[in-house]
Amino acid sequence: MTEPMLEAVNVAKDLGSGAAKVAALKGVSLTLNGGELTLLMGPSGSGKTTLLSILGCMLTPTDGTVRVCGHSTAGAGPEDLALLRREHVGFVFQSFHLFPTLSATDNVRLALDVRGEPSRAARVRSREALAKVGLAHKTKAFPRELSGGEQQRVAIARAIVGNTSIILADEPTAALDGENGRAIMQILSEITRERGHAVLIVTHDPRLLPFADRVVHIEDGSIMGEERGGAKMQMNSRQSSRSNRQSGAGRTTRRRKIAGKRLRPGVSSLAPVRSRSRRQ
Amino acid sequence: MPLAFTLAFRNLIHDRLRLIATVIGIVFSIVLVTVQMGLYLGFERMVTTMIDHASADLWVMPRGTKCFEDPSLLNTRDRYRALSINGVAEAIPVVIGFADWRMPSGEMTPVFVIGSDLRAGGLQPWNLAEGRIEALSNPKAVAVDRTYFDRLGVSGLGATAEIRQQPVRVAAVTSGIRSFTTTPFVYMDVDRARAHTGVPADKATYVLVRLGPDADMVAVRRQLLSNISDVEVLTTAEFRERSRKFWLFGTGAGAALLAGALLGVIVGTVIVAQTLYSSTKEHLNEFATLRAMGSSRRYIYNVIVWQALLSAVIGFSIAALIGQVVVQLTAATALPIVITPELIVGLFLLTVVMCVGSSVAAIVQVTRIDPAMVFTR
Repeated sequence: MTEPMLEAVNVAKDLGSGAAKVAALKGVSLTLNGGELTLLMGPSGSGKTTLLSILGCMLTPTDGTVRVCGHSTAGAGPEDLALLRREHVGFVFQSFHLFPTLSATDNVRLALDVRGEPSRAARVRSREALAKVGLAHKTKAFPRELSGGEQQRVAIARAIVGNTSIILADEPTAALDGENGRAIMQILSEITRERGHAVLIVTHDPRLLPFADRVVHIEDGSIMGEERGGAKMQMNSRQSSRSNRQSGAGRTTRRRKIAGKRLRPGVSSLAPVRSRSRRQ
Repeated sequence: MPLAFTLAFRNLIHDRLRLIATVIGIVFSIVLVTVQMGLYLGFERMVTTMIDHASADLWVMPRGTKCFEDPSLLNTRDRYRALSINGVAEAIPVVIGFADWRMPSGEMTPVFVIGSDLRAGGLQPWNLAEGRIEALSNPKAVAVDRTYFDRLGVSGLGATAEIRQQPVRVAAVTSGIRSFTTTPFVYMDVDRARAHTGVPADKATYVLVRLGPDADMVAVRRQLLSNISDVEVLTTAEFRERSRKFWLFGTGAGAALLAGALLGVIVGTVIVAQTLYSSTKEHLNEFATLRAMGSSRRYIYNVIVWQALLSAVIGFSIAALIGQVVVQLTAATALPIVITPELIVGLFLLTVVMCVGSSVAAIVQVTRIDPAMVFTR
């Protein structure tokens, strides 16, 4: 539970140049541990996506260090970063990013194919991953034949099939209705516990709080606070709601009172998300 | 089947309109190249067909002869000088030249007369369809090709006409001996050829030299050049090459055909490059996703190159079928399109190179891809 999978120390990132230069991150430090589901919450423009991109080895920081499963990204070139992603990081995206011309199995298999896994074994593992997310009966279906929730499950299967230690999810429920959003969070929560993944979810949605082991709040490129379950979550929920209102996404929330040290998933009554939060 | 191949194939057939545009571009390009190269090969064969069918080890010809159809003349004494050289088994005079053929109807048409010593068999008609070679020894006997019957106003064996007011009679008919100049060939005995073309009795266009069994060609050639003045002595291969170069490049005909082929390649490359580029651009999000998943650039290049190769195979297959039809349609024309196995292999490789080369722009685009774009789309 406490084994650090991903560490960011004093990470700063400047975007743009000259007069248009913006400090997107200002010395952010964050550690992700195995078996822990972390929510990264903050208003639009707070630096969530930039931080996610850096943690996911897609961007290199202007300053500070990032270590992925013990490997530093300092001085790494694009191919080195790709190798780190391939070996250690699985991604789940808001708009799924499935390949429309490939079946569910092949979409999942792609994550193994880029690793050079033999086809036959990869096909078996892909079907197992789909079964894990409850899609054993839809292995041959194409994305257009799947609902949004099912597509996101395929994306999760794709993220976990490579047995990466870290899963980074960008607004994984934003494009889904309440029921599907809850199901997706249930799956992410289960794989965190059962497989020991370090899971980081970027979200605006306070309804995800019950599934979190930990919530990190970011604002203006800095970490504003971090809570591990308990009553603090309630405050965080209010903060998130306020943030969402500020970013124009506040109508989606219904505040809940949450008690207990660890929030149990599935207890919230997720109302359908009527408007998608703007990403930063 | 590699998944990169599956992805490439599905991407390709996903947008059928674009695939059709790509395939049309490739087919247009390859058919154009096929026709141009086929014409080139056909032309190349036709300009040397007489040399190829002559039975000679060495050709003695007036200095500066450019091609087989060059009507410069030798002195027939040269033939005897040649025969006096050790190693020369036979020296056969050949006379060529243009003449007017007068049909029974009175119409005139130019013909190309080829006269050879028929007993020695230096340059005889081949592909005989009717009659016999021996019949050409008879007075007035000539051989013509059946494809020129209409042009010559004859209907077959026994038909009569006039050349230079002298009567001739068709004694043999060949099939498929066509001239790229479209002027019909008329075969006859060498003496009659002189009479019909106005070549003096002591002149000939070529002396074809056949060597004895143990003759040293280099030594004989040297001796021929030493004994006979103002002539050139070429092997059959050398004379073929000289004729080929003259007609293909001396006249600019071959250069024009090759330029047409090059144009086809350029058009094909541009069309395929454009469609592959736009296809890649449309699938940029997918390639960014692959990159985000940690795929190497090479993996993505493989997908693009597979797309190019698949386009090449589909396009080439259709172009090959069309090319086959074109070959059959032109088989009986004055300038048939010739497709050899080597040309087919070459065209396939050209198609592959053209398509893969066309993917460079798409690959460059993917090289610049930012995997982080998956968060903003």
